[in-house]
Amino acid sequence: MYSEKVMDHFTNPRNVGELPDADAIGETGSFKCGDTMKLYLKVKNDRIEDIKFQTFGCGAAIASSSMLTEMVKGRTIDEAARVTNHDVADKLGGLPPLKLHCSNLAADALQNAIVDYKSKQHSG
Amino acid sequence: MQSRLVYMDHGATTPVRKEVFDYMAPYFQEQYGNPSSLHAPGREVRQAVEESREKTASALGAKEDEIYFTAGGTESNNIALRGAAKKRAKPGHIITSSVEHHAVLDVCKELENEGHRVTYLPVDQYGRVDPESLKEAIEDDTFMISIMAANNEIGTLQPVRELGAVARDKGILFHTDAVQVVGQLPVNVADLNVDFLSLSAHKFNGPKGIGALYMRKGIKIDPLYRGGSQERKLRPGTENVPGIIGLGKAIELAVSEIPEKKKKLEHLRDRLIKGLLDIGEVYLNGHHKERLPGNVNVSFQYIEGESVLLSLDMEGIAASSGSACSSGSLEPSHVLSAIGLDHSMAHGSVRFSLGYGNTEEDIDYVLEKASPIVERLRSMSPTYHAR
Ligand SMILES: Cc1ncc(COP(=O)(O)O)c(C=O)c1O
Ligand code: FES
Repeated sequence: MYSEKVMDHFTNPRNVGELPDADAIGETGSFKCGDTMKLYLKVKNDRIEDIKFQTFGCGAAIASSSMLTEMVKGRTIDEAARVTNHDVADKLGGLPPLKLHCSNLAADALQNAIVDYKSKQHSG
Repeated sequence: MQSRLVYMDHGATTPVRKEVFDYMAPYFQEQYGNPSSLHAPGREVRQAVEESREKTASALGAKEDEIYFTAGGTESNNIALRGAAKKRAKPGHIITSSVEHHAVLDVCKELENEGHRVTYLPVDQYGRVDPESLKEAIEDDTFMISIMAANNEIGTLQPVRELGAVARDKGILFHTDAVQVVGQLPVNVADLNVDFLSLSAHKFNGPKGIGALYMRKGIKIDPLYRGGSQERKLRPGTENVPGIIGLGKAIELAVSEIPEKKKKLEHLRDRLIKGLLDIGEVYLNGHHKERLPGNVNVSFQYIEGESVLLSLDMEGIAASSGSACSSGSLEPSHVLSAIGLDHSMAHGSVRFSLGYGNTEEDIDYVLEKASPIVERLRSMSPTYHAR
């Protein structure tokens, strides 16, 4: 049911964990299934220097989280902000229709992390 | 690469046993007559079909003319419930439980759309229906009560005898979906006070797509299909002869081995439960004693069932899950909700269903693999770190 890419990222997820000195954190939960994700960003000169994730979710959710972190690591905040859940799913070689929402989890967590980053920029 | 296969999904289906397969084999190419035919090839097959009916009847403590062969558990449930409803002149009231298989629940939903009223009885934290609550739910026009003998997800056994007695006392038809029980535990229709009982061969090492409905003598319901006079018109259509032959052999074997198999499976089950619970923050779903001999259903806190299944699968372990993410729908299973599990615990549920062929070594292997899998997934989980 899952592509090889999904299984690869599920088995060997990239960038799992926490960043204790994160500049921004994005959290989200899926309305559809109740799964949750947390994303940590370390940002320097508006560029994502480091990124880590934690996910409570299905195989597709874990793979999407992992793929997303690979896609945006080293990118500027503005570049990262343009990544959609469809981009993540495409990069994974597609997801089963019922599992498309799982890639939303990752995309939403990133959007929330970016909002968190920007709000801190303004206040700080 | 992984070459070992540990099959622990016998609640979904089981392999056909060699003895059963060999017994069925002649009925494809050599004994191909239509049992309704008058000629010798037909008569021989008719006799074999009736022998299968005798075996099935004797396995349930029933009479031959109370056994109707069907296309499986789903069809048996449909014939009983819809057939009883169709027989009525006007809509009435049905009682079932909130933990039934969809092959009962969805029939009830449809009957509601057709004007019948349905009460879905709640269950306790173990998934059991209280006979008192059944008594209280009965209305003047209650014509059918359907409560499963054992739950397919969490393995909980219902007090069928007591529930059946309540129905019998009020003169209401009582059906039990015994698909998970037949071949695993002794079943006697007279003892259980049932009027209808559904069974399915592929759950006890028989072939798929064949089952039976026990209907107590004297009861009349309307058939769902019209056609020939097979199965006394209750299920017309040329019989699935190899299936029927396989069912008869499989039920005969399974029932004769129950005492031995029950003891073995209960031992393996309890070892597996203990080992999984020892991982920590793992909880048993269903009752610790009143459960199917081969059923283990646990919730791994902080992680999601589908992720566990995928990881087990990579180690060659076949299990299943009632978690939302692995089923077609996104809702966690109605059974886990009915026993009061919250979202995250329902999410982490995994079912291992043991059967004929599982060994002590299989349990060792699963326990050896489960612990690092759980640890790995927990290390990725935000809820685990936030606990
Ligand atoms: C309790 C229960 N009822 C009914 C069924 C359906 O049986 P079948 O697959 O033979 O239609 C199953 C099997 O999944 C079951 O576990
Ligand atoms: S994240 Fe819940 S189903 Fe995939």
